[in-house]
Amino acid sequence: MQIVCCVKQVPDTTQVKIDPATNTLVRAGVESICNPYDLVAVEAAVKITEKYGGSVSVITMGIPSAEVQLRECLSLGAHQAILVSDRALAGADTLATSYTLASAIQKLNEIDPVQIVMCGKQAIDGDTAQTGPGIATRLGFTQLTYVSQIIGLDIQKQTITVRREIENASQIIEAKLPVMLTVELELGAARYATLPGLIKAIKHEIKVWGAKELSCTAEKCGLKGSPTSVKTIFAPPPRKGGPVYDTTEGMDQAVNSLLDTLFQKEAAIMSEILSNDSKVKNA
Amino acid sequence: MNESYDVVIVGAGPAGISAACILADAGIKTMVIERGEYAGSKNTSGGVLYGYNLAQILPDFVARGCPIERNIVESRIWYLSKEAGLSIGYRDSIFANERKNNVFTVGRAKFDRWFAEQAKKKGALIVASTVVVDLLKDASGKVTGVVTNRQDGEVQAKVVLLADGVNSPLAAKTGFRPELKPEHVALAVKETIELPSEVIEQRFGVSAADGVTTEVLGEVTGGMDGVSIIYTNKNSISISVGANLAQFAKTKMKPYEMLEAYKLHPMVAPLIAGGKPIEYTAHWLAEGGFYTIPQLAGNGYLIAGDSAMLFNALHREGSNLAMASGKMAAEAIIAALKKNDVSKQSLSSYSKAMSESFVLKDMNKYRGFPGFLYNTHQLFDELPHVAQFAAREMLTVDGVTKKHKQKLIMDEVKKKIGLLNLAKIAWRGWRSVK
Ligand SMILES: Cc1cc2nc3c(=O)[nH]c(=O)nc-3n(C[C@H](O)[C@H](O)[C@H](O)COP(=O)(O)OP(=O)(O)OC[C@H]3O[C@@H](n4cnc5c(N)ncnc54)[C@H](O)[C@@H]3O)c2cc1C
Ligand SMILES: Cc1cc2nc3c(=O)[nH]c(=O)nc-3n(C[C@H](O)[C@H](O)[C@H](O)COP(=O)(O)OP(=O)(O)OC[C@H]3O[C@@H](n4cnc5c(N)ncnc54)[C@H](O)[C@@H]3O)c2cc1C
Repeated sequence: MQIVCCVKQVPDTTQVKIDPATNTLVRAGVESICNPYDLVAVEAAVKITEKYGGSVSVITMGIPSAEVQLRECLSLGAHQAILVSDRALAGADTLATSYTLASAIQKLNEIDPVQIVMCGKQAIDGDTAQTGPGIATRLGFTQLTYVSQIIGLDIQKQTITVRREIENASQIIEAKLPVMLTVELELGAARYATLPGLIKAIKHEIKVWGAKELSCTAEKCGLKGSPTSVKTIFAPPPRKGGPVYDTTEGMDQAVNSLLDTLFQKEAAIMSEILSNDSKVKNA
Repeated sequence: MNESYDVVIVGAGPAGISAACILADAGIKTMVIERGEYAGSKNTSGGVLYGYNLAQILPDFVARGCPIERNIVESRIWYLSKEAGLSIGYRDSIFANERKNNVFTVGRAKFDRWFAEQAKKKGALIVASTVVVDLLKDASGKVTGVVTNRQDGEVQAKVVLLADGVNSPLAAKTGFRPELKPEHVALAVKETIELPSEVIEQRFGVSAADGVTTEVLGEVTGGMDGVSIIYTNKNSISISVGANLAQFAKTKMKPYEMLEAYKLHPMVAPLIAGGKPIEYTAHWLAEGGFYTIPQLAGNGYLIAGDSAMLFNALHREGSNLAMASGKMAAEAIIAALKKNDVSKQSLSSYSKAMSESFVLKDMNKYRGFPGFLYNTHQLFDELPHVAQFAAREMLTVDGVTKKHKQKLIMDEVKKKIGLLNLAKIAWRGWRSVK
């Protein structure tokens, strides 16, 4: 059983700013990190192989420096790493990205059957959450998004059971392998690599695949295969403060109106949860 | 699983990486362990490096893409009172031509990273984000490896080189270096101020590749033993103020307030006007001098760089002493491994080489200097004040005879310091560096 984790090199968004003049991200001088959701996916994948056997491959499409993030994943216990990097693949939107990644997974599948693909819920820079589902669609895998817990695998039956988050509730779902999961942070933080793990990761030889190795269609890759065009990027206006309850007109009145607001909000949330629950039960 | 190496180096600063380059060149299995996320991520040098010492490690450092900010063609020294200052500078075209890159500025975060990359290319293994928490020793007390903060984190080594900088909990823990006293370190705060390169070139009167360093003494440190610097980088100016830690503790002065006041000084403000602060850091400097240098080699281990308190406060040389000591340590290790003898006696060829080199000779020459600065508060309060008084009198044209002005100055000297005291300071200062 091979598990493939797709990981993305992202700018440390705590440092990224938007240039108000050009409306583009100012990435200069900003350190790159591994998309935090993807680290969680790698950790979960390694745990699965520790319990059920198999191997974890990590794959990223990006510039050569993304090697650093691949090594980080290797240090956490991934068994091999593939860097998909080629000028012909640059400028990809989510459509082209998921096509290219799916091609790479296909190639891995020819060597060792891929039963699970794992992606982060979303990338903290692009934030579309489209890449995972895009890959699943192309591969014809069942997709389970927003997974917050892996309950277990049944190797005999070739199934996986997970908990996935939906608005105000969660579902427990059993699905037939192969599957594509996108994961939530709740799945569990990545471990602190052991020293031998870290050393192995530093020494590991990373495979680099280009468009040729993937035998993908040029029209579907990179800028050519990307119909998305960015109209504008802008920083959302800063949030307005919450309501203010003026105590100068009497403490009692302020507290009462605060409670009123709270109860109204809470009631709305509760009724939504109840209706969702019944929907799930009926389904 | 236990890792095993010929040499483990603690710390990927200039000392550790210099040693790693020499060892890797000799084909010795070397691991460097660095606690920062990458080499340089924890380092905040004011940023002057010395080409001569770097060339001893990497003769082709320029061709290898060493991230040089500016080649230094002029050195200035300022002696400042609160609102005035005395300036001497030396500029020489030889530093722009034949002796280019003899002294240059770097950003340490970039430089250390690049330097570590060169060691890696030569075959050393650089392990980052890992802290050495203890040393492995055998029954006889001989060092046999290191313990890191990671699981399965022990590494066996024939020799361990401690190049872990001035703030070394490890040195304190192993007792290889006596615990630092506050008076043996300076606390420096540094701000990097971004400015367009043309503005820097215009304000300092230099061409696009060149730069200026300024070393500053005087009232900026409010009577404490301290220095301040202003260095030009490509697109920024580094400005830093530091003073003795013990005196900070006594005066309760706040380093950041000192830096803020310094930035408003009439000699400083115009240089940084309109700039944007982009980085703020604090670091220790090893200022104890010759008398605080520990035993440099023992059974199975050596100490180099700041960890060995190698810092020449008078000439703000630290990184070059670190590189030179790292190189000499590596050479001693190579010889010891060849003999298959890593005892204290065998590794002591390092101490011997150090004593014969400029490193310990300079440290020895200036052994009295840290004490002189520490004990002569007048250098940082009364003297700059008197200098200001004298210069103001002499430079103000107001019909008063020069003879009378001289008398006024002498009166002020007598009042503020006393002639005998002034002579004593001059004599002690001279003695401490001669
Ligand atoms: C509107 C828009 C326009 C864009 N235009 C351009 C452009 O012109 N040029 C350009 O270079 N980029 C462009 N991008 C960025 C790029 O298309 C996306 O970053 C990329 O397709 C992934 O989408 P995402 O960041 O939203 O990831 P998401 O879909 O949110 O990511 C979810 C998960 O997918 C996986 N994943 C995503 N990307 C990768 C990857 N590269 N390798 C491995 N796994 C991955 C990870 O597991 C990740 O957690 C654009 C993005 C958007 C939203
Ligand atoms: C503000 C300031 C300005 C300076 N300006 C100059 C200058 O202009 N010119 C000059 O020559 N010198 C200057 N110096 C001094 C110079 O920075 C040092 O002398 C030099 O960096 C010493 O090199 P080193 O390799 O010995 O130590 P460091 O550069 O301090 O490197 C030690 C390394 O060891 C790592 N480390 C520490 N403990 C551990 C551990 N337990 N496990 C793993 N890793 C560890 C640290 O993270 C660090 O990377 C300045 C210093 C300061 C503070």
